[in-house]
Amino acid sequence: MKTRYSFGGDEHIFVECDEEMSLQAFFKGLSITNAVRESNIKGVTEICPANASFQIKFDPDVISPDDMMAELKRLEESASKGVSMIKTRIIEVPVLYNDPWTHETLMRFRERHQDPTSTDIEYAARVNHLGTVENFIKAHSGSPWFVSMVGFVAGLPFLYQMVERGRQIEVPKYLRPRTDTPKLTVGHGGCFSCVYSVRGAGGYQMFGVTPMPIYDPAQSISYLKDFMILFRPGDIVKWRPIDRPEYDQIVADVDAGKFVPRMREVDFSLEDFERDIDGYNKKLEETLYGH
Amino acid sequence: MAIKVVSPGLSTTVQDLGRPGYYHIGIPLSGAMDRAAMAAANLLVGNEESAAGLEVVFMGPELEFMLPSVVAITGGEIPPKLNGTPCETWTSFAVKAGDVLSFDFLKAGARAYIAIAGGIDVPVVLGSRSTYTLGALGGHQGRKLQTGDILPVGSTPSKARAGRTLDQKLRRQSTSPAELRMLPGLYWHRVTEAAGKHFLSDTWKVAPEADRIGYRFRGGRPIEFMPRTPPFGAGSDPSNIVDACYPYGSIQIPSGTEPIVLHRDAVSGGGYFMVGAVISADMDLIAQLQPHMPARFVAVDMPTALAARKDMNAQAAAVRAVLQL
Repeated sequence: MKTRYSFGGDEHIFVECDEEMSLQAFFKGLSITNAVRESNIKGVTEICPANASFQIKFDPDVISPDDMMAELKRLEESASKGVSMIKTRIIEVPVLYNDPWTHETLMRFRERHQDPTSTDIEYAARVNHLGTVENFIKAHSGSPWFVSMVGFVAGLPFLYQMVERGRQIEVPKYLRPRTDTPKLTVGHGGCFSCVYSVRGAGGYQMFGVTPMPIYDPAQSISYLKDFMILFRPGDIVKWRPIDRPEYDQIVADVDAGKFVPRMREVDFSLEDFERDIDGYNKKLEETLYGH
Repeated sequence: MAIKVVSPGLSTTVQDLGRPGYYHIGIPLSGAMDRAAMAAANLLVGNEESAAGLEVVFMGPELEFMLPSVVAITGGEIPPKLNGTPCETWTSFAVKAGDVLSFDFLKAGARAYIAIAGGIDVPVVLGSRSTYTLGALGGHQGRKLQTGDILPVGSTPSKARAGRTLDQKLRRQSTSPAELRMLPGLYWHRVTEAAGKHFLSDTWKVAPEADRIGYRFRGGRPIEFMPRTPPFGAGSDPSNIVDACYPYGSIQIPSGTEPIVLHRDAVSGGGYFMVGAVISADMDLIAQLQPHMPARFVAVDMPTALAARKDMNAQAAAVRAVLQL
């Protein structure tokens, strides 16, 4: 893992912790961005951790780009021990896979897809050698996922699958991005899943939708009253496949202000996780479902 | 005091100088794309620079003032008319109750800024009144204006006065072809030496897909990439990276074909490599580019970028000195 620094114009420093994705690279970025936040450097205006990189925006009228760069490199050294343990949350996200809305949308953009003759989920099942869509859903929802970045658009989580690399689902992005994606689509591109927080353009393959809003600028939804965005980097997500009647019920419950996401506080240790991935995930699930 | 929207124009939004601090969760800065023009319009009517005004794109709205006030219009040349009679730009003027402001066809630039004494008084969301339409956040109901909207206006500041004007030499205008200075970096190492040269020597044209999120350019030669084994998680296309944060002004080139410069409503991150970023001093210029206009990218180093920023700040200080008298 080699850290690479670059200026992004005269107002940003972009730091790639590693060229490839791993939880180690994420935690390295988390350690340094935490250190930047704690050191209260004058002139820093945005601290943005990402999957395997991070970005600092600064005001060059307050701190010179060279001084900012020197500060970051100094903080990387002192943060080199690094964080590998966090207090976080595990959150269940219900998913209606193979739903009618993403199906309608993906059919409209077939000419932008690698395989115009199958659906996104059929294609993903095939290129991941999972045989059937049922097996694919089992693989996708069978393990927890780690929120390694929030962004692109307001509150959109990027999710990294918590299994050995050989079992991680990988799918290319659309050949050309779509101009439309239904709100709350569960998508996937490269090794990342995501939940599209708003309707809009997108290039990830579409597998389903969740009835559970994750962004509410009006802050009227009960669990988004305190802050309009649900996810934070470090959150852990467990997908739960649901059928259409349950989807409709949850939508109605959200509208009635009765829906509360299933969510538990949990400590996550990268070392313990890597020592026994399946065993660790089983414990996470037990925490979520309280048995 | 309020303003009634008789017709909304193409895409008129409430903007101020933006909403910093939330980029890490995907909420961009937003605010006027041409910040200098917005700030000047506000100073002309006696507001703080950071008051909320209207950003008008290509085609102006028709607005009816419901009470007397003072108004100024700056930025690109979309000639304004008050009750059908042409009025001065970069100059504050008085309006009476029932007066109607409308606009002629675009003559130059792309975006005009309307400031009104007291500022547009929509609710402050996360520290700003700017509209972020993609996230349906801020501004007037989180969207561009529609016919029939009523915009509240704050109380008139004591400094509001008609007839204030900004000297021609303090109005920044873009040139044609536009020269956008950029600092090479980020993933510049992904392109071949020849492709890097072509990127800088080719003349690009603004594509029709040019908005507050980003400006797309086309017409230059496709970019060739250095060979690589795709890093895990990035995706197989040579232009893919492991999804990362995008700087404002960063220049991404999906599949190596059409560069996109991210602007005030930037998507905060994604999976395309970037060749560098347009310097902060040239971001306002992008706001005034029309589709099909020619543009070139000019590589500069950090000292040049900082000197340009210093000039921009000096210009802003000069505008302040003249208009805050």
